[in-house]
Amino acid sequence: MNGLVSLFRSLEGSQTVGRGPGFWALFAIVLAIACAYPLFSDGYTVGNTVYFFVWVFIALSLCLIWGYGGSLSFGQTAFFGIAGYGYGVLTINFGSAYGFTFVALFLAIGMAAMFALLLGYFMFFGRIAGVFLGIVTLAVTLMLERFMAQTAGPEWRIGSARLNGFNGMSAMPPLTIPWPGGPIVLIADIGLYYFVLGLLVLVYLGLRILMNSSFGNVIVAIRENPERAEMLGYDIRKYQLITFVIGAALAGLSGVLYTVWGQYITPSSMGMTAASLPLIWVAVGGRSDLTSTVIGTLVVLAAFQALTIYGSQYALVFMGVLLVLTVLIAPNGLVLGVMNWLSRLISRYRGAK
Amino acid sequence: MALLELHDLNKHFGGLHVTNSVNLALEAGEIHCLIGPNGAGKSTLFRLILGEHHPGSGNIFFAGENITALKSFARIHRGLSVKFQVPGVFKGLSARQNLEIALQSRHRGAELAQEIDRLLAFLGLEAEQVQTAGNLSHGQKQWLEIGMAISLKPRLLLLDEPTAGMSPEETHMTGEMVQRLNAEGMTVLAIEHDMAFVRQVARRVTVLHLGQVFAQGSIQQIVADERVAAIYLGQAHA
Repeated sequence: MNGLVSLFRSLEGSQTVGRGPGFWALFAIVLAIACAYPLFSDGYTVGNTVYFFVWVFIALSLCLIWGYGGSLSFGQTAFFGIAGYGYGVLTINFGSAYGFTFVALFLAIGMAAMFALLLGYFMFFGRIAGVFLGIVTLAVTLMLERFMAQTAGPEWRIGSARLNGFNGMSAMPPLTIPWPGGPIVLIADIGLYYFVLGLLVLVYLGLRILMNSSFGNVIVAIRENPERAEMLGYDIRKYQLITFVIGAALAGLSGVLYTVWGQYITPSSMGMTAASLPLIWVAVGGRSDLTSTVIGTLVVLAAFQALTIYGSQYALVFMGVLLVLTVLIAPNGLVLGVMNWLSRLISRYRGAK
Repeated sequence: MALLELHDLNKHFGGLHVTNSVNLALEAGEIHCLIGPNGAGKSTLFRLILGEHHPGSGNIFFAGENITALKSFARIHRGLSVKFQVPGVFKGLSARQNLEIALQSRHRGAELAQEIDRLLAFLGLEAEQVQTAGNLSHGQKQWLEIGMAISLKPRLLLLDEPTAGMSPEETHMTGEMVQRLNAEGMTVLAIEHDMAFVRQVARRVTVLHLGQVFAQGSIQQIVADERVAAIYLGQAHA
């Protein structure tokens, strides 16, 4: 019981908006609705919702590195792509038997994380910071995109997996759970929905605990004043590197889930448009808060899809306008602005009573 | 034994010789003030001691250990701590959180909360603890950063203009606080322009001029030194 209480304590703190029984009751209601939702919907719509959920992980990675850590990474899509292609190469070569797809999921995320460790080491210990960090990471993702773009020929293969250039890599097996009565295949439907929803809740709560811990305190301190943080005895480059690697793993998770969802990945997922969209979701939502990031990302994605259906290319222009408006009206994010306004309203109402 | 020793320290910025063969020995338990005109190389000397800059030549010893090659955070672990010239607080965080970040590596849980409360009371910032540090007055920011610096319980505290922007009363209070900390065993090295503060606390004074140690001695000796008056203290003290 005590353990449960202290677990709940560690979910709340000055680093995350939303606390107290009211917030968690709302959280439980939203979660219950999310769990019940497939029962009232069709397979296609549920699959489409999974697509939205998939992107939340890369948004959270940016929230962590940029919003909390203060380092703008413009290239989270590099890790997204590495993990996505990694999963494809592994499963096309080794198949889906014996639960290997889940091993491949972890291996692919591991590849993205290892790459981030290497890249991050040179950036943070080479004292690259601020706008230069953004430029380097953007250059890396664009380089990867250019590289993958020229792999259309049959000579570009890893084992039996053709890289396929802009035709995209496809036909990798979906996540498959071995089961006595026949394997359970998580196609982009209800099964995958619950799997991704579960991951989303785990990652969200895990990040809340992380950011409200003493580790999170140091990360925020580095954003506010790196020199002061170091002069309090913190090895700031180590903290930045760990944050960057965790972020890369989350972006990698997004990449694997995206590949699993559509059984398809192309170099465009590491291109300029792909790299800039997560920035917009996170900036519009509120980059310095996890909850705002999740809500903002889902809302903007849903709006973006609706616009793409009806307005095609104008959707991207709208995204640009949205970013400019956010920067002008609510630089800390629209969703975060609304949430802070609501909490002020509630506390005033309580005070009046 | 000397707590901090600088041996023949040199630093160039391009053609500018900002630290020119500086030798300085700081006895454990003393309050030492570093004075000198603007551009004398006082803050650069602090950065060298803290490892933010690395000397072109020369060595830095702390408690007998050569720390010249150590990174900044490692020097802090050895027992150094600093308050910067421009208040280096975490502006977007509350005053309480500022202190929490400083204290969390030594204390946990309820003990941490108690320590923060104690430090807030010591600094007289209890009423401001939920305020965002960026919204505090200049003096309060100075206090908050001094609080963060001393919370590490350093053996040597470096203060870069601790009383800048403070009223005479606040300056005097800061002086008293420095003396209290020193009585508890903390060695202090302070850069200061406010001679009232220097007179109040300093046991020894070093005058830097053009990157070199120009004069050294008790405050009486320094004030009486005509050469110092000529380059720095000027007519006011002549």
